Amino acid sequence: MKLVIALIAGMLFGGGLVVSGMTDTAKVQGWLDVFGAWDPTLAFVMGGAMIPMAIAWILTKGRSPMTGGNFPAPPEPRLGRNLIVGSVLFGMGWALAGLCPGPSIAAISFGGTSLWIFLVAMGAGMFVAPRVRAMMDA
Amino acid sequence: MENIAFQTDWLYGLIGGLFIGLGGAVFLLGNGRIMGASGLIGGLVDGSGWSNAAERIVFLAGVVIMPIIVLQFWDRSETNITDNVVQLVAAGLLVGIGTRIANGCTSGHGVCGISRLSLRGIAATVLYIIAGGLTIALFRAVLGWI
Repeated sequence: MKLVIALIAGMLFGGGLVVSGMTDTAKVQGWLDVFGAWDPTLAFVMGGAMIPMAIAWILTKGRSPMTGGNFPAPPEPRLGRNLIVGSVLFGMGWALAGLCPGPSIAAISFGGTSLWIFLVAMGAGMFVAPRVRAMMDA
Repeated sequence: MENIAFQTDWLYGLIGGLFIGLGGAVFLLGNGRIMGASGLIGGLVDGSGWSNAAERIVFLAGVVIMPIIVLQFWDRSETNITDNVVQLVAAGLLVGIGTRIANGCTSGHGVCGISRLSLRGIAATVLYIIAGGLTIALFRAVLGWI
């Protein structure tokens, strides 16, 4: 059952990414291009996604997940250096290619060689990240 | 045509966004999991998520499959992705390292975090948008590279 739910969630996510236009790197870079030809589409995508998600969070109160277990713990109130440094690095990479992790997976079937180069580099980055984090904590 | 596309982009964005949020809602209410793309991928890459690898792989398979289906009916395959290898590698490394150090990306911190008013989600989203905006400004407006 967990796997069926994961597949449905993944399909909704992937379908939403393509329909919204977030697999088009020009739209993402356009959103970040505040001083140029600014493209507000991403704000509508984020806003649209917040609606079902906010309702879902409200529904978690006093309940358990359908397949058992527990809902995620409440978010930590502390920001921390990792969150700040990591988000800044992510933002720089996001702008450079116009891709974040979700859309980079959703575009696998049609992104061509360029997308695969990005994916391999992203995988390498994720592989070394625990070591980078350990260095930062040291 | 171009003009019509421009005027409907926000609507596609909103509809697509609703589906993204619905996916997150299903994953949360069904499996009790936060739908964060970087976490789901990263856990498979660094081994930290191998205990529930099947759930992650099936989710990611769904993310790949649905666009293939959508593209049968609607050619939404325009990516405008660069073919500059240096740019792609630098971007990939930054996204990979950054999201894993920050423990989240646009879906986890952005969609799932902000919707429960998580301070970390809001701060991360503000930071990566500012960092991205400055990066675009530097490379596009100042240097004229991208």
